[in-house]
This record gives sequence, C-alpha cells and structure tokens, in this order.
Amino acid sequence: MFKGKDIVAISDLTREEMERVFEVAREMIPIAKGEKKSELLRGYILANLFFEPSTRTRMSFEAAMYRLGGKVLGFTNPSSTSLSKGETLADTIRMVDAYSDVIVIRHPLEGSARLAAEFAENPVINAGDGAGQHPTQTLLDIFTIVQEFGHVEGLKITLVGDLRYGRTVHSLAIALSYLGAEIHLVSPRTLKMPKHIIREMKTEPEVHERIEDVIRDSDVFYVTRIQKERFPDPTEYMKVAGSYVISGDMVKKMKESAIIMHPLPRVDEITPDVDRTKHARYFQQAFYGVPIRMALLALVLGVV
Amino acid sequence: MEEQVLKVQKIKNGIVIDHIPCGMALKVLKILGIQGDIGSTVTLAMHVKSRHGWKDIVKIEDRHLDEREIDKIALIAPRATVNVIEDYRVVKKHRVEVPEVVRGIVRCMNPRCITNQREPIEPEFYTVSKEPIIIKCKYCGREMGPEDIVENII
Repeated sequence: MFKGKDIVAISDLTREEMERVFEVAREMIPIAKGEKKSELLRGYILANLFFEPSTRTRMSFEAAMYRLGGKVLGFTNPSSTSLSKGETLADTIRMVDAYSDVIVIRHPLEGSARLAAEFAENPVINAGDGAGQHPTQTLLDIFTIVQEFGHVEGLKITLVGDLRYGRTVHSLAIALSYLGAEIHLVSPRTLKMPKHIIREMKTEPEVHERIEDVIRDSDVFYVTRIQKERFPDPTEYMKVAGSYVISGDMVKKMKESAIIMHPLPRVDEITPDVDRTKHARYFQQAFYGVPIRMALLALVLGVV
Repeated sequence: MEEQVLKVQKIKNGIVIDHIPCGMALKVLKILGIQGDIGSTVTLAMHVKSRHGWKDIVKIEDRHLDEREIDKIALIAPRATVNVIEDYRVVKKHRVEVPEVVRGIVRCMNPRCITNQREPIEPEFYTVSKEPIIIKCKYCGREMGPEDIVENII
C-alpha cells in the first residue's frame, strides 16, 4: 500500500499507515544507531533537493539512506542549479526524477512539494515547504510520544511558544487532535495559533496565557522557538520571550512522567539545566528523525 | 412584482442573473469581466425587494454564459439563478452551483504559494464549505473566504 506513495502532508497518511510507519521505524532503530548493518536499499538512489538551507532534515535523510546501503545525490545550494537560470520547478523535478528512485524536497514556497509529486513518477517526500507542511517532522514528533507513552489518546499535550509562524506545530496540532490527545496552547497574544488551524483540529484546544496554568498536569510539553524577528520592538521581544521559557525550577513542578520536546534548534526557550533532567526528550526526538525517515524511504520504495 | 417590472425593464435576448446577494452585483460584473463598454446593454439593480428579503439583479443583453463563467458566479453568489432569455421569454433557467473543485478561476491569495510562480500548473482549490463559501488551495492549503475569492478572480 505504500509503494510509490507521495508523502506531502501528514493528512496523506491514514492512522493505519502511520502505525505501519512506526512499526517499521522501531525495527530500524538498531540500524539507525549503527548497531546492525543493512543493505535494504542497496542500488537505490535518493535525490535530496534542498532549495533552502537545512542541516538537520537534510543530514538525517542522508544518514537514513546511507544506513540502509543506498546512495544520495543532491544539492544544498540552489544558486548552483539551473533554477537560477530560470528553469521551472516542474522541469527540474522531471529531470531529477529520471536520475533517481525517490525524491526528497525542501523548498521555500508553499505547495512546492505537491507540485513536485504531480510531476514526478517516483515517490516524493516533503521535507518542508515554506510555512506549509513538514510531515516527516510531524511523524517523528508523534513517534517520540508513542515511544514514550505507548499511545497518544487521552494525553494532555501542551504546545508552547510561537504557535503562529512555527511550522511544525500546525500539522502536529491537527494530527494529535485526530489521534485523541487533549491539546493545550500557550503562546504570546501576537503569536497565537491561527484560526484556520484550530478549525481543522478535531477538538477545540484549550488556550492559556501562562505555562504555569498547565505545568502540573501536562504529559507532554512541545516547546518552540520565539524568533526575535517576529517582534518589531526588541524590548517587547525580551518581555514576551522570557515568559515562555522552560527552566530547571519549572521542571520540578511537572508530573513525574512528563516529557519536554522541541523541534530544535533551541536558543533560550529551554535552559541547559533542563537537559540533564529525566524530562528532556529533544535529543532523543532528533535521533528518531533517522529511523522514521529510514522507514518512510523503505516503505515508499516498496522494500518492506 | 408589478413595481419591479417597471424598475428593471424586460430584455429581448440575453441573460438575467437573479438572486444575487444584496450588494454583490458589481462583483458579479467584475467576475464576468464586464467593465467599460462591452457593446451590449447591461442593467443592474441593487437592493431589490424579493420574496425572501433583498437581492441584486444583473441583466445582460445579447450575451450568453458558458459553464466556466457560471461557476465563477457561484463562488460569490451561491444562490443565484441564471435565466436565458430569447425573444422576451425565459427559455432556460438554472441555479448556479458551487463546484467541488475550482480550477483556473481563482488565484491563490498566498503570495508564497507555488501556483503564483511561473510554473506549468493551473491554480486549483477544493470547496471546504458552500455556505459561507470557503475554498482551500490544493497546493499550499490556504483557505479563502468570500471576500478573498472576489479579490482573486482571474
């Protein structure tokens, strides 16, 4: 059911398909760690098309392909490609499609991955299109929660920080609501979750002004970075950003089993002393990017 | 009814677009691309009393609409009816219908959507809701309401 499938938006996957991805990802963990060797994707070529810079996502796709014995071609600097000569994305995709077995695309414009999927014969995986979708991030986020709690249903999940521009939180909030989580939102007034995202959620989220309101009973804190550029006035930024920081002191008020996640890169929104606590899961979460992407590559290429 | 006939004269040949939401008649003309002198008589009535409150009416003489144009009207006047008039008689009457898929009629309002680039694709939307009308870009997922649609008719 997966062979040849495009992964453009998280909503392209049914619940069963998502579970299948997780099942394969679990098998991939020892290979992702380098404890086991695999040649599952030997002879396959991944075209990694990064039209805008990304370290984490690009490297984890490369790692995923190499760990499974496949090869990667691609670019990270679009100014060196024919796009700078005025070629359409549609043409670039058709050309690359002929050179590879699967395409991964990161592009600054929204909807570009859907376009790529339409023009490519081979499967296309969206690695982030502008402020739009980033389904592999959403999958690894959900996977992190499932690995921890065994399920999503009934969990109190609090999304903190920039809920307006933060790309990862939009599709995550929608997906989690469909998986039965109770969603809580904590953000500055100017960076609230957009209405159209709330409308797409299955259940109405609860909105709070302060982390303190939910600190004691949340199971998951998903923290995002509040970017300075979002505030015309730097003093306003200083004032606002400070109230959405998770510190070692706050962690003490959390439930024993609560976990803290972050899509990274982090700046000041989680203080370094939190890293050593049993609640920190952001580096684990980043690692899960590899087995999740391994699972997706293997599934869309039809080898598992 | 008698009074209305006096206000808006009958036409011999052409189309009558009736049951346009009050205040939308000018936008209907915009969607139909009617501006300046199009070489036929256009009559427009706004804020006309009808059985169900108030409405706008547009009459265009000696002109017919193809289906694509009718779909365009449905996006801003979902309850409009189009009457085809021949020799003072209504020969065809149909209610416009909001299509499930809106293709090539509206431009995506999101400037960062790939469909606003020089790419070989037509903008395409799914209808999320018919009343009020909300359409969603197939590519970038941006939702557009009635006002946004009017401003972005191609």
